[in-house]
Amino acid sequence: MLSIQNLTKTYRGGKNAVDNISLDIEQGEFIAFIGTSGSGKTTALRMINRMVEPTSGKILLNGKDLSTVNAVQLRRQIGYVIQQIGLMPHMTIRDNITLVPKLLKWEKQQKDETAERLIELVNLPTSYLDMYPAQLSGGQQQRIGVIRALAANQDIILMDEPFGALDPITRDTLQDLMKDLQIRLGKTVIFVTHDMDEAIKLADRICIMHDGKVVQFDTPDNILTNPANAFVRDFIGSHRLLQQKPSIKTVDEVMIRPISITVEKSLDEALRLMVSKRVDTLFVTDANERLLGYLNVDSFTGPQRNHQSIDEVIQREVVYVKTGAKLQDTVRRILKRNLQNIPVVNDKHQLIGLITRANIVDTIYDTIWGDEQEENALLVNHMSEEERQ
Amino acid sequence: MEDLSQLSTWEQFTYYFRENGLYVLDLFTTHFLISIYGVLLACIVGIPLGIFIAKNSKLATPVITLANIIQTIPALALMAMIMLVLGLGQTTVIATVFLYSLLPIIKNTYTGIMTIDRSLTDAGRGMGMTRQQVLYMIELPLSLSIIITGIRIALVIAIGITAIGAFIGAGGLGDIIIRGTNATDGTAIILAGAIPTAIMAIIVDVGLGWLERRFDPMKRQQRLKKVV
Repeated sequence: MLSIQNLTKTYRGGKNAVDNISLDIEQGEFIAFIGTSGSGKTTALRMINRMVEPTSGKILLNGKDLSTVNAVQLRRQIGYVIQQIGLMPHMTIRDNITLVPKLLKWEKQQKDETAERLIELVNLPTSYLDMYPAQLSGGQQQRIGVIRALAANQDIILMDEPFGALDPITRDTLQDLMKDLQIRLGKTVIFVTHDMDEAIKLADRICIMHDGKVVQFDTPDNILTNPANAFVRDFIGSHRLLQQKPSIKTVDEVMIRPISITVEKSLDEALRLMVSKRVDTLFVTDANERLLGYLNVDSFTGPQRNHQSIDEVIQREVVYVKTGAKLQDTVRRILKRNLQNIPVVNDKHQLIGLITRANIVDTIYDTIWGDEQEENALLVNHMSEEERQ
Repeated sequence: MEDLSQLSTWEQFTYYFRENGLYVLDLFTTHFLISIYGVLLACIVGIPLGIFIAKNSKLATPVITLANIIQTIPALALMAMIMLVLGLGQTTVIATVFLYSLLPIIKNTYTGIMTIDRSLTDAGRGMGMTRQQVLYMIELPLSLSIIITGIRIALVIAIGITAIGAFIGAGGLGDIIIRGTNATDGTAIILAGAIPTAIMAIIVDVGLGWLERRFDPMKRQQRLKKVV
């Protein structure tokens, strides 16, 4: 879809910010450009919407040379999200979201519909539409920044370190949201970052850049298993290479059967179930096994003591992963969010499994001693025999 | 007729207003219009010039230096010089006000545009705004309050300069002041000219100050925050 051919950008003074790079990007791919500062990743990104004009080489979008397209018209077809967010402080959220539609002279009604549809997409109330950016938190502002880039149905979204200025938890939430939106809407996203975790988590393919050149352009798995050279290996970091080793890769392989209860049962039943199964968290589902939320010890104490039904005390804000998710990402999420456990759901949102902190211990164990496991087992046997003697 | 010399200054002052109220009002209007015309002309020239030098930063220093130099010439001297070309009357005063107003207006327009966060214009351009759209949809709205500050400063200075303009026959409240200085015991007459001038300056200052706050996007949001 997007084909970058021998692209070079030379700045005054003769430094090649981008040095003869060639890439092909497919429709619907999530691409991360990653590199140290000064590696040319931002320059490469900005040449795609012609904010920077290439010195030589060309970029083809669906076979059409971008240098022949009017730059202003081109930018209206490409979403653009920047680290500084860049919401217009003098415009309402509604006007900010529909800025590109306004440039394209859409009807007012169509713009309003778009604004309302999009703000729901990022889980913000429609009442925010008439507020000003300064009234929103940083994370909320960047949600608006993201949907602003989608408002005119742009197929390609360019993102320049969009979550770099956010705190880790907000960043994590927005990354999930962005990945979800990208898959759901089938957008092609090209993303600049210097955070390897972010790139591994989000990208379908990662383009590692150094001194204006592409060092390696491949899927996260291939990069982790076969780093092209010492630079890539250093850049990824040895701890990530280590994490990649275990044979277990998806959550499905390690998840355990969760203890769950349907929502119409009484609290007494829930409590009895928890006691008999000796668990501290009980997942609540509807009749079709779809995950609704969970109950924990807090649900039975404090002001909620007098409630009778599960529906009244259920915690609906539940962080979950989908089946097929990488164990490594899931573990990272449990640690980062400080969760006790994380449920696994399938495409129909049905609860099918549970990853607990105990699973993490297994994973770490596998990572470190995975290859030597049998040896260790022998050793343990040997030792215990000695003790017995 | 009363013996005016027997009255106190305040009584003389009120008497003057009773007798010449409409005349004072007439001069007040003339005075105000001369100032406004000069400042308006300066806006027409100064705001585009300010925008232009903000876009071509090499020209910024020479243009602002030139405007600074004009500002250092005493008003009376500048007026005398312009009089040599344009002769006596209102045109000369308007031209003087125009020249004096250039500096605050150019400088504030320039500063207003230069202080806008670069990421905003970058975002605007990146979303497909033309240069004109960046100017009209981002730069001007966001620098409007600073530009208004410039106009406010210019207008207050202009009211003072117009008062001097009476010396070259432009009319305005300066006429009354000069008459007062020429009369024996003319304090009341001087006040009759000076007080309306001061009031005009204060009204303009307060009025434009209010406008300025209204158009300041940051302050507007702070106000909104309190409501929420």
